[in-house]
Amino acid sequence: MLEVRGLRKSFDGQEVLRGVDLRVNRGDVVAILGSSGSGKTTLLRCLNFLERSDGGEMRFDGTWFQMARMSKQDIAQLRAKTAFVFQDYNLFRNKTALQNVALGLTVARRMPKREAQALGRQLLAKVGLADRAEHYPSQLSGGQQQRVAIARALATNPEILYFDEPTSALDPERTGEVLAVMRELAEEGRTMLVVTHELGFARQAASQAIFLEGGEVVEAGPARAFFDHPQQGRTQAFLRGIQPVG
Amino acid sequence: MISERLLGILLESFWQILLPGLAVTIPLTAVSFFFAMVIAVLTAMVQFAKVPVLRHVARFYIWVARGTPLLVQLFVVFYGLPDLGILLEPIPAAIIVFSLNEGAYCAETVRAALEAVPPGQMEAGRCVGMSYLQVMRCVVLPQAMRIAFPSLSNSLIAMVKDTSLASNITVTEMFMETRRIASANTEFLGLYIEVGLIYLLFCTVLTKLQRVVERRLGSYGGPAGR
Repeated sequence: MLEVRGLRKSFDGQEVLRGVDLRVNRGDVVAILGSSGSGKTTLLRCLNFLERSDGGEMRFDGTWFQMARMSKQDIAQLRAKTAFVFQDYNLFRNKTALQNVALGLTVARRMPKREAQALGRQLLAKVGLADRAEHYPSQLSGGQQQRVAIARALATNPEILYFDEPTSALDPERTGEVLAVMRELAEEGRTMLVVTHELGFARQAASQAIFLEGGEVVEAGPARAFFDHPQQGRTQAFLRGIQPVG
Repeated sequence: MISERLLGILLESFWQILLPGLAVTIPLTAVSFFFAMVIAVLTAMVQFAKVPVLRHVARFYIWVARGTPLLVQLFVVFYGLPDLGILLEPIPAAIIVFSLNEGAYCAETVRAALEAVPPGQMEAGRCVGMSYLQVMRCVVLPQAMRIAFPSLSNSLIAMVKDTSLASNITVTEMFMETRRIASANTEFLGLYIEVGLIYLLFCTVLTKLQRVVERRLGSYGGPAGR
């Protein structure tokens, strides 16, 4: 459903992505791995046009786009089918948990408020926060905030969910509660692209894995083969290095 | 120390001064501040969103409005513009000058507040499908106005006092009335202190009001003042 070819991006002359190819099928859970500075967060941000790429093509639902020259309308249409979960949650601080989930529906999709709130409550219940609907983000723990952010991402029923290191701002205890929700989504057959340092989660929940280094894809493939028999030396070293944490 | 005569004058003049205070100073401040806020938000947004051309117009306006004395601005508009055939009544002239002057200061306050809202708020809004202006209206601007509120209250309090300058363009507000009374009975010290105390009273009420509103606004569940 999503295919990317030759994605390039530079910041101030520094090449962060050097022609990345990517293929995601419906229902795939793709783990994007790599050390800090490998370009994995930038990759995800380019896919949702939070950063404008310098070059590359993208196919989404059968249509090809030039990523560097995409119109505002095309971006808006694409975003309507995607959702993004940020590393630092980025919940709307002036809105309650329920309003956070419902706002996109009532404002952007003009859904009646009553309907949006009902859906919002349903989604908060799904992430285990039915009793926190009226709380503001500042009254929630990091893990709870991230689960609200996931509920918000699910509200528009996106075809693909992007997760940008969703647990790296959390302590291990909170990490578990967020990963549990994500695992559930994976089991439901949601299409997900997850930038993560959680090798345990990736190994368990991902169907595909990509290892990025220096802005290039070093190795990509089905998760089981990727983790059990990595082909590239650099992938092997990376997986070995991070193993004790996972 | 205070003679009976002076006491009589002060008591009698208190209502004479307070009346134009309630009838002119306060409405003049309220109307001017309302327009100043509209100007400030628009000017701040134009700069924050980096709208081509308009952002430079905004910078130029702020530069001029903040860089010239309020009194000079009042004179240019009231006594100067008639040379170009633009004749304004005193009160409309005062409202125009106060709005534009205060708008420039408040624009900077609002712009700084917009910049203090984390960029992730806008990104998150865009990602759930809202347009730039929708995120601005529902998420970024409300947070910015909450941040700017104490500074804007300051500006409002300053404006109450600045309206006394309007006496120079024949607006019969509190200070003008005081000058008139004082020149008739020559009790300058007593009367000017009296009008000063009335300004102080107005500002005290506003300060209290600011605290009440701030408490009611809260800070979205966080500790007050954030």
